[in-house]
Amino acid sequence: MNGTTRLRVDPTRCTGHGCCAELLAEHISLDEWGYPVIAEADIPAVLLRDAKRAVADCPALALRLSREAY
Amino acid sequence: MATMTAQAQVSHPGSASGLAPGRRLLPPAGLTLDQHLVLHGPPAYRGRLGALVDELRAAGLTGRGGAAFPVHRKMSAVLSAGGRPVVAANGAEGEPAAHKDKTLLALAPHLVLDGLQLAAEAVGARDAYLYIHRAGRVSQYLDAVLAQRHAAQVDRVPVSVVYAPPRFLAGQESALVHRIEGGPAVPRYAPRLVAECGIAGAPTLVQNVETLAHIALIARYGAPWFREAGTPEEPGTMLATIYPASGKARVVETAPGTPISALLDVQAAQAVLVGGYHGTWLPAARAAQLRLSNTALRPEGAALGAGVLAALPYDRCGVRETARVLRYLADESAGQCGPCLNGLPRVADTWATLAGAGPHRAARANLERWAHLLDGRGACHHPDGSMRFARSAFTVFGDDLRHHERGYCSGTNSAPFLPLPAHAPLADEDWS
Repeated sequence: MNGTTRLRVDPTRCTGHGCCAELLAEHISLDEWGYPVIAEADIPAVLLRDAKRAVADCPALALRLSREAY
Repeated sequence: MATMTAQAQVSHPGSASGLAPGRRLLPPAGLTLDQHLVLHGPPAYRGRLGALVDELRAAGLTGRGGAAFPVHRKMSAVLSAGGRPVVAANGAEGEPAAHKDKTLLALAPHLVLDGLQLAAEAVGARDAYLYIHRAGRVSQYLDAVLAQRHAAQVDRVPVSVVYAPPRFLAGQESALVHRIEGGPAVPRYAPRLVAECGIAGAPTLVQNVETLAHIALIARYGAPWFREAGTPEEPGTMLATIYPASGKARVVETAPGTPISALLDVQAAQAVLVGGYHGTWLPAARAAQLRLSNTALRPEGAALGAGVLAALPYDRCGVRETARVLRYLADESAGQCGPCLNGLPRVADTWATLAGAGPHRAARANLERWAHLLDGRGACHHPDGSMRFARSAFTVFGDDLRHHERGYCSGTNSAPFLPLPAHAPLADEDWS
């Protein structure tokens, strides 16, 4: 299947721990209140491992990777 | 029945309905069931799943709750989702400036409920919900109306009434789903569409009550009749809540393509608010040149939204009005999403600073930094809509902002103009 892999955050679950931004600084920054701002871009293959780690380590279980069609 | 209606249209295109032109939804006074049946007959059931969808596609009907999504596409999504669907009529008009849905429910409940039955038939639903505010007389009246329709065997699918709390976001589609499931009426983050996975996981067709009333009329009088009003891109009539600069709000039935200046005393206004509190301020001189349609409003960054048009009189201060509404919007955040919970109160605080006198440099820097920081970062569109409203005010009231900075305000009348609920902000837990 053609498509892209994106990181999505459930904003109702996210409590701003900020772990994701530490594990995936190339793709996630934190706003001034500590909540993630996720780049609107495909996750490149080299970052996929780190992205999976960020998803698994989110204390609020708010992050997920989503395969999205073009 | 459907064939007869279609033939009548072909031979008498202007008179297929027998309704006064442009006055389709709102009778001068409320109709009893008997009067409604004399005027429109029983609901124009099709007797077949999906049969209404093509007619609605031909009519070009779009949702009247604010998003203007094509109705036939929503129905098709529900139909192709599989499983037993559910339908819900959304009459929980949370916008304090909007009165069209309440007015419609009070004056023409049978059109709305006919539409709900027809929508249920079109998608094969066996359960229907009417989601409304508990507003004294109107909700009692609707209970009586439903009982009457049941006794007269007009309705084929039972309708349950569910009450929405008096909150701005209670009418948001996923909040409706939450509330009907028995939870609080707060929006939720749902990667799947409500049309595919809504109430208790069932494919759910949620339509605004005005949309349903149009469905009842289209089923009866056909798509070509519907298209006699409006523009080719935005056919039909629409309800709007009008706040003239000169006085009292009123609900009108108009048609897309009508000049805004025909609906509102634009010359008596400094600015016009289009679409409500998630909408857009326009300079009055610009609004005077525009027609009321999404096609005309889109290049201005505006949309019809929930059909609110308000003319801000010259004696009021647009900065103070904006600051008041932003405080309300911040208080109405469901508090679930960090960017909304943290961002909106700060935006409201900053506008309160702008509404006072004195230097604005720090406040302006904050607003510029936050201008696009909240967009798309909530489970619902509350942060996006609130920031759109704030950004448009920043542009339209630019001169007033500079005046405030120098300690001067052009407003001579400090009475609030835009309507807000009289009560203090409700407790956080008060969402059911």
